[in-house]
Amino acid sequence: METETIIEVKDLVKQFGRFVANDHLNFSVKTGEIFGFLGANGAGKTTAIRILCGLSAPTSGSVFVAGIDASRYPEQVKKSIGYMCQRFSLYEDLTVFENIRLYGGVYGMSLKEIRIKSDELLKRLGIDDLRDRLIGSVPLGWRQKLAFSVAIFHQPKIVFLDEPTGGVDPITRRQFWDLIYEAGRAGITVFVTTHYMDEAEYCDRVCILSEGKIQAMGNPVELKKSFGVKSMDEVFVKVARNV
Amino acid sequence: MRTIAVLIRKEFTQIRRNRIMIPAMIVAPLIQMIILVYAANMNMRDIDFAILDEDGSSSSVNLISKYSSSPFFSLAGSVNSLDDAEKLLRGDKADLVIHIPANFEKNILNQDRPAVQFLVNGINSAAAVLTASYAQNILLDYNKQLLASFSKPSVSQGFGTIQIDYSHWYNPDLDFKIFMVPGILVILVTLVGWLLMSLNVVREKELGTIEQINVTPVKKYQFLLGKLIPFWILAIVELGIGLTLGRLLFHVPILGSLGVLIGFTAVYLITVLGFGLFIAAISETQQQVMFVNFFFVMVFILMSGIFTPVESMPDWAHYVNLINPLSYFMRVIRMILLKGSGFADVWKDFLSMGIFGILMISLAVTSYRKRA
Amino acid sequence: MSRFTSLVKKEFNHIFRDRRTLLILFGIPIMQILIFGYVVNSDFKNIGIAVFDKSDDTHTRKILTKVFSSGYFEFAGNIHDEEGISSEFKTGRVKAVLVFEPGFGDRIDSGQQANLQIITDASDPNVANTAVGYLSGIIRNYQAEIVGPTVGQMMVDAQLRMVFNENLISAYMFVPGTMALILMLISALLTSISVTREKELGTLEVILVSPLKPSQIIIGKVTPYVLLAFCNGLMILLLGHFVFGLPVSGSIVLLLAELLLYITLSLSVGILISTIAKSQQVAMFASLFILMLPTMLLSGFIFPIENMPLALQWLSACLPPRWFIIILKDIMLKGNGLAYVWDETLILLVMTAIFLFAAIRKFSIRLKV
Repeated sequence: METETIIEVKDLVKQFGRFVANDHLNFSVKTGEIFGFLGANGAGKTTAIRILCGLSAPTSGSVFVAGIDASRYPEQVKKSIGYMCQRFSLYEDLTVFENIRLYGGVYGMSLKEIRIKSDELLKRLGIDDLRDRLIGSVPLGWRQKLAFSVAIFHQPKIVFLDEPTGGVDPITRRQFWDLIYEAGRAGITVFVTTHYMDEAEYCDRVCILSEGKIQAMGNPVELKKSFGVKSMDEVFVKVARNV
Repeated sequence: MRTIAVLIRKEFTQIRRNRIMIPAMIVAPLIQMIILVYAANMNMRDIDFAILDEDGSSSSVNLISKYSSSPFFSLAGSVNSLDDAEKLLRGDKADLVIHIPANFEKNILNQDRPAVQFLVNGINSAAAVLTASYAQNILLDYNKQLLASFSKPSVSQGFGTIQIDYSHWYNPDLDFKIFMVPGILVILVTLVGWLLMSLNVVREKELGTIEQINVTPVKKYQFLLGKLIPFWILAIVELGIGLTLGRLLFHVPILGSLGVLIGFTAVYLITVLGFGLFIAAISETQQQVMFVNFFFVMVFILMSGIFTPVESMPDWAHYVNLINPLSYFMRVIRMILLKGSGFADVWKDFLSMGIFGILMISLAVTSYRKRA
Repeated sequence: MSRFTSLVKKEFNHIFRDRRTLLILFGIPIMQILIFGYVVNSDFKNIGIAVFDKSDDTHTRKILTKVFSSGYFEFAGNIHDEEGISSEFKTGRVKAVLVFEPGFGDRIDSGQQANLQIITDASDPNVANTAVGYLSGIIRNYQAEIVGPTVGQMMVDAQLRMVFNENLISAYMFVPGTMALILMLISALLTSISVTREKELGTLEVILVSPLKPSQIIIGKVTPYVLLAFCNGLMILLLGHFVFGLPVSGSIVLLLAELLLYITLSLSVGILISTIAKSQQVAMFASLFILMLPTMLLSGFIFPIENMPLALQWLSACLPPRWFIIILKDIMLKGNGLAYVWDETLILLVMTAIFLFAAIRKFSIRLKV
């Protein structure tokens, strides 16, 4: 695995009025890593991920994504990333293929390329028959998987997933993580936020966020060892108590 | 360019799929157009009037018959006292009471100039003025008749008379519908483009789909043009449908060049759509965008001169109208359709609209934020 | 009960948090009344007149001085040939052209008939008609001046009295109209949007599964809007009274009661729309095209109902604002009591009952499914 750093965050602060959502965050992510961003609701995960994607400007600190200063050139960053957020993001009144065509086209892919790759994708997922169904009528589990596939359809360097498995049953979550691994094997760096601690186990490295601060960071195995517990769930509880 | 085309294609797919869009865009406005054109009738007819005849002579009966035989008036009854007359007005049973005083005939014969009293329901002031003038015109005729029968000597004292002759160009029958149809077209085109588009943008904000677009490398101007162009096309189509209907149903003349009209509409739409995008950019919910737009649409329409001449408005309204795109469009569409004005006559309006258009689009692009 | 009050409170928060909409809700009636009062009135002035004077003598100059000092007309240039007329019309500034025949003044002085032609741009028929009327009046006056007073021209005089509105203030018409319109806007449009919005966002389900009865939910939902609409109605009344001197000749209590009745009616329409509409867009279009435009056009607010084709008059009879405007005018301007507005009130009551029944029924069905 390469060891090149692809995301570099230094002293990131984001304030909304007097409320500090992100308090001097420091971390870096290496190419090809599956990096988990853990924390309870309101811990500042979504704020941070929005800054990384260029959707929001930091109050201070430096953020480099794929070698580009995200606070100064957010539009440059957007060329090399994919994004999928917790609120459902495919157009419900477009068909599966139309959604793929839209996002592929937006990233400058040719129609021919889109056709070939989308057929490939749908076949791989085993849902060729859903190609011309409206997203609104596709089951939720499939929608999430499709949203993820659309987010990496243009083969970004990094994909940001903001609580991608919210409201999904455990089996679909498992399948979803298979897709994430697959993307990781294809060389895409995955940055994922979640509050499911079992999902944290699947990550190469995690970072636990609470009240806007990073409380712990490292490989899940090492973290469990250093806290002397058996699951990430317990790690999280311990971290939360220390705060 | 390709990015914009991709976005436009997506927009059209969604519009096609939205069941409410097509009826809202085509059927509803056209029904409105038909209703409005028929309703917006300023000519009075069948004014209900009542008679209070305290004379009961052949002269008074003669006068009354002049009113009841007029197409403008219809007799609603007669009363015996002023109190009863007022009750009729109060109950909206009549809008005019003609009061002929006692000794009417006797006073005419004595040349004492008796007075006929007209009681007019004045609440609708515009209608009241018309009612009064129709009523007086009939009385004037009656006077002429009397004068003729008394055969007064002619009053020429060496000066000649001035013969006034008039002709109404472009609309010899003074048909109000021909005047209204272009006005309605302005409203239709504006509503379809402006309202539907800004609602559409804010809807994406509410549903969160805009977020997904914002995280792509789509540039602001690409996104905004991707929204603007489909509705720009729809609004021009709307103009075509409205014109066809106006032509078939109301025989509205199309004297000028259609090319100039469509060209002006296209430039005009860039301005209003740009303004709509600006409002959408600063609004959060569909409710908000609806009401803010409604406010501006209402002010702009009322001040555009759709019902009353712009020239007669107070000075400050003239300044407001300088920045009111609807007032330009209202004037230009009537000029082109009804009078056959050409590009040479409206190039200044073209220029103003063009400048507004550029300003509005830049305003929309600067106020739209891809990141918070 | 506390559940109910918390529902009302939530709705209030929703309204007050959106300052912009609130501002607009009070801004619309103010702007509308001011525009109707000061901008869109039947004043006739500054109408551009061009002159094609083929004679140019003392008489034509005197006539022109009178025309342009009347205040109705503005000099918009001289024309020197026939083609000039249409090209002036086409640029739009000129609304009428006065054409004096050659030797106009000589003919008057020599006792012959002098011809004058008024050519109008009748693409705006009202302006054309009025311009001819005023111009003829001015010219006839001039003729009377030079000829001297004529004797015995009138055998019968006319005496005019404008009842209920002596000074012909146009506000008597548009203040009630604006009131009917804006209350409909707030009550029907705002409620239907706010309910469908909750539907779209899924928050309505949460309220629907609560132990509240459908009628309680509806009442809780609309109470804040009743208050909002009522305040707005009062504001319009005050504005009409203090700015345009609109009287309230009849009973204020009766007026306010009718106001409440109309608001209730509009709200039931709004609820009904929202139970049928699936999205905010649908609700808006339904409200806009079924309620707002007809209210403006067919309720007698701008155009007199008597002049409409019969089919439109029937349509107008189905619109609540039409009856409400009559009630308002009767009570405020004519000082009529309940006896006079009883018919109209009854119509509104029946309409309210029908809409309310339909709305609650629709709502309950939704609840059961």
